[in-house]
Amino acid sequence: MNMLNELYQEVILDHNKRPRNFGELDDANHRAEGYNPLCGDRVTVYLKINGDKIEDIRFKGSGCAISTASASLMTESLKGKSLAEVQELFKRFRSLVTGKGGNGEKSEMGKLSVFQGVSEFPVRVKCATLAWHTLQAAIEDKTGTISTE
Amino acid sequence: MKSAYDVAGHRPEVSPAFDVAAIRSDFPILKQIIHGKPLVYLDNAATTQKPQQVIDEMVRFYSQYNSNIHRGVHTLSQRATDAYEQARAAARAFLNAKETREIIFVRGTSEAINLVARSFVRPNLSAGDEIIISAMEHHSNIVPWQMLCEETGAHLKVIPINDRGELLLEEFERLLTPRTRLVSIAHVSNALGTVNPIRDVIRMSRKLGIPVLIDGAQAAAHLKIDVRELDCDFYAISGHKMYGPTGIGVLYGKRQHLESMPPYQGGGDMITSVTFEKTTYNEIPFKFEAGTSNIAGAIGLGAAIDYINGIGKEVIAPYENQLLAYATEMISAVPGVRIIGTAGEKTGVVSFVLEGVHPHDIGTVLDQEGIAIRTGHHCAQPVMERFKVPATARASFALYNTREEIDALGRGLHHVIELFK
Repeated sequence: MNMLNELYQEVILDHNKRPRNFGELDDANHRAEGYNPLCGDRVTVYLKINGDKIEDIRFKGSGCAISTASASLMTESLKGKSLAEVQELFKRFRSLVTGKGGNGEKSEMGKLSVFQGVSEFPVRVKCATLAWHTLQAAIEDKTGTISTE
Repeated sequence: MKSAYDVAGHRPEVSPAFDVAAIRSDFPILKQIIHGKPLVYLDNAATTQKPQQVIDEMVRFYSQYNSNIHRGVHTLSQRATDAYEQARAAARAFLNAKETREIIFVRGTSEAINLVARSFVRPNLSAGDEIIISAMEHHSNIVPWQMLCEETGAHLKVIPINDRGELLLEEFERLLTPRTRLVSIAHVSNALGTVNPIRDVIRMSRKLGIPVLIDGAQAAAHLKIDVRELDCDFYAISGHKMYGPTGIGVLYGKRQHLESMPPYQGGGDMITSVTFEKTTYNEIPFKFEAGTSNIAGAIGLGAAIDYINGIGKEVIAPYENQLLAYATEMISAVPGVRIIGTAGEKTGVVSFVLEGVHPHDIGTVLDQEGIAIRTGHHCAQPVMERFKVPATARASFALYNTREEIDALGRGLHHVIELFK
């Protein structure tokens, strides 16, 4: 069960059960929907961007533990960040879950580093990145549903 | 932790005449260790494993008589042609078709359905005509018809199902009209395991002279199929879901239909003569087999049919039904489980959801225990919609599965619950 415990860390299980920043954001000025057709996961990301800062961020949707926890932890870690910082964090996050990041990356990622276990499960990478891709689409104001496929 | 049979209080009897250990030894892949545990393969509705007999026949073809079929005068070509046509004869007997020329080799059930759509239905389809399918079809028995409807302005009608996943025959009767051009329906649902009352469907359609195509992909390994007794117009199967190789399947069609249908694809072998002015098409079945066929695949499928016949569906079916009953009892006993698809007549499949745990997470945890199940929409998104679930976990069974493997599944599901509690 070692690899499993790496994947389903306490923090992930907790955020799956009690997702933070869950629900619509009334004064959002950006939003996008994401969909993973392989497992039916859906997520909507709501953003309030002020200047180049993410002032507020919430999400709703349904999905597996990895995608729900990833969306939840993403919202927690992005509040107050500048758009440039968001891009940097997404890049690092992607490296982390695909196993391409060094340990240096991990230390700078705070709570997001709990997703390192995903790199041992290549088919679950899309679960972890769905919310992030959807965030990207919300920032860029892409219309339509963003698919992982 | 309690095992399911403690919870249930008894174990359903499994026929002692069925020597599952001997059968398992025919399947080399089953000896594997996955993540340190013996492989428990419960994804048979996606594809079945192959016995050594099938693998050997295909190796024999490639190592001893590989050559192209039908026009060669040399010895190897003659041998290959004989083996290929023997496989066709085996498929005829397997489906109890009247004539071997009613057996068309195709890539699989999807291609068979597309062939019927293009060559049988399309030429006579006009705006306002209707095609009937059911609410539990695989995408491959939905999309080809949607494509035809888009091209022609015909309408796709869907027979609804009840909460158990059973076809509503009275609704079907109401859908039949003088504009109905075809009824196309699964013998067995891949997502729910429902065995459809295809005899009734065929009888009701026949009364109005409406042709019927049966998608037999999920039935072929489990149920006895007799196309003459059924009196269906077309019946389609896939080799890889019945212990044969991928990339080969069979379309059965009544001779009078096949003879009147235009070819599906143009190419070699489907013609008798070609000039730039005029091409004369070959006779059936060759008219529908353009290009060099999947010869090794057909030979492998023939070997798979021989393998099934060697055991006998009359022995396989009761064993699998006992497995299904045992698995249903076991999975139902897991706290928080809801089984999706509880039809009175089922075969081979238990689809389920577990409260608070996404199917994808169930699949990952079970895989770490060496247990292979399917998670997702099973290429049947409208069925998921009908039951208001985004996805299910699906355990599906074959003749080599055992009660011990189902016990392992039960233990695995308890691990899932512990992890996500």
